[in-house]
Amino acid sequence: MPNIRIPTPLRTYTNGDTDITVKGNTVGEALHDLTNQHVELKQHLYNEDGKLRAFVNIFLDGDDVRNLNGENTALNPESSLRIVPSVAGGCMYKHTLNMNGNQ
Amino acid sequence: MSIAVNPPPAEDVQLSNDEIIRYSRHLIMPEVTLSGQRKLKDAKVLCVGTGGLGSPVALYLAAAGVGNIGMVDYDIVEANNLQRQIIHGTSTIGQLKVESAKNRLLDINPHINITVHNNLFTSQNALELAEPYDLIIDGTDNFPTRYLVNDVCVLQNKPNVYGSIFRFEGQVSVFWAEHGPCYRCLFPEPPPPGLVPSCAEGGVLGILPGTIGTMQATEAIKLIVGIGEPLIGKLLLYDALAMSVDTVRLKKSPDCVICSSQPTITELIDYEQFCGMPLHDQTDEEGAGEEWDITVSQLNDKFKEGAPIRLIDVREDFEWDIVHLPQAELIPMGDLPGRLSEFDTTDEHVIMCRTGGRSAQMLQLLVSAGITKVKNLKGGIRAWATEIDTELPIY
Repeated sequence: MPNIRIPTPLRTYTNGDTDITVKGNTVGEALHDLTNQHVELKQHLYNEDGKLRAFVNIFLDGDDVRNLNGENTALNPESSLRIVPSVAGGCMYKHTLNMNGNQ
Repeated sequence: MSIAVNPPPAEDVQLSNDEIIRYSRHLIMPEVTLSGQRKLKDAKVLCVGTGGLGSPVALYLAAAGVGNIGMVDYDIVEANNLQRQIIHGTSTIGQLKVESAKNRLLDINPHINITVHNNLFTSQNALELAEPYDLIIDGTDNFPTRYLVNDVCVLQNKPNVYGSIFRFEGQVSVFWAEHGPCYRCLFPEPPPPGLVPSCAEGGVLGILPGTIGTMQATEAIKLIVGIGEPLIGKLLLYDALAMSVDTVRLKKSPDCVICSSQPTITELIDYEQFCGMPLHDQTDEEGAGEEWDITVSQLNDKFKEGAPIRLIDVREDFEWDIVHLPQAELIPMGDLPGRLSEFDTTDEHVIMCRTGGRSAQMLQLLVSAGITKVKNLKGGIRAWATEIDTELPIY
C-alpha cells in the first residue's frame, strides 16, 4: 500500500509516527485515509472548504503533485508520498485558540 | 549544469602571496584554481541573519575567501544562542551580533571585507541593502523575512540560497527566478499564524543549523565559482534523526505572483501583514489584556497574605521539570480543554506559563467556558525568576 512520510512539525498529530501506510488509488484518497487515521491532521492539511491548504506541498516519488494531476494523481501500491511543510526556522508564537488546545 | 553568478573578475583582482598560501588547498583543485579563487575574492554575499544558519555560512564563506560579506541582524548575543550560533562566544554575550560576527570573521580571515548592517531587514531598507551584493543567503527565522528575501532576490535577479530548520529536519534550495522557481512558487502562501508550531512545540537540535548552513555555504561557493550542479529547481530535505537526505523536484509556477510572466507583485509589500506575524522571532506575546493581568509581585503579595489562589501552570511537563513554582499545579495546555470540569467557578485562579502568552490563550478559553475569576501571570515564570526568586533558572 502507498506510504506517506510525515514531516516533524506534523508528527505531533500522528503520535510521533514518521511513515504511515494508507489506502487509496489517488493522492486525494490517500490523504483522506491519512486524515481518517489521524483526525487532528485534517485542519493542518485542509482549509474550511475542504481544499488542500496552499502551504501544504505533497510530493509523489519526488514530484510535486501540483505538476502532476493534483489530488487526482493515480497511485500504485509502491507509491511514496511526502508532505513538505513550510518551515521558517526559529520559533514563532502567535495566538489562535481552538477547543482542541492546539495553537 | 553549472551556473556562475558573476562574469570573471577584473584583472586587478589578484591574490597576494599571503592569500596564495592561505587558499592553497583550493588553488590545487582543478575545479577551483587561481581563477575560481579570484572569483571568490571578487564576490559579494549578503547573509540575512547571523544566527543558527548565518553562523556556519559566514564562517565558511570567510574562510573560503569570499571577499565581501555583508551581514544583517538587529539582535544581541544571548547565552541561549550559543547552543547553535557558533560564530558568537561566551565572551561576546551582550554584544551586537553583527559586531561579534565581524570580529570572529576577521580573526579567521583578515583579507576580506565585512560590512555590517545592525538593522531589521525590512521592506523599507531591503532593496538598498541588497543592491551591492551578488547573492543573498536566507538565514532568517521567520516567514515575513523569508518572503521579503525572496521578493528582493526576484526583483533584483539574484540567487537566494535558502535554508530552514525545525527540530531535526532541514530544507535547502537555491531559488533563482531567472533559472528556476522562486520561494513563492513552492510556498505561495505562509501558514496562518495559528498553525505555526509554537515555542513549546519547537526547538532545534543545535548542530542542525550547522549541517544546513554548511550546505548553503557550499551552494553559494558553487554559484560563485561556477561549478557543479546548483540546487536550482530542487529542494533538499535532511532528516538528522533518520540521517536521510532526499531531494524533490520543483518547477516554476506559471501562476507565481512575482516570478511568472504576468506578476501581480512588482514591488515590495507589507510582509508582516501578508504573513500575519512580525518580522522577527522575538516573542511579542500578546497578553489577554491588562484587566486580566496580575504581576509577579502582586501574586507574591497574595501568597504572603495567604490568599486562596489556585495557580495553574499550562506549560509542558518537560518545561515543568526545568523549573516550577511550588504553589503551582501542572495542567499542560493541550490537556486543559478536556479538564475544564476540574475548575470551580467560585475559586480564584491564576494561569501561568513561561512568558505569559500561552497562559493568556488558556485564560481566554477558561473565560469562554464561564470560569471568570481568573488572572494571567504577566511575564510568566521568567518574570518570577527575574524579579521574585533570582535563584531560579531561566530558560
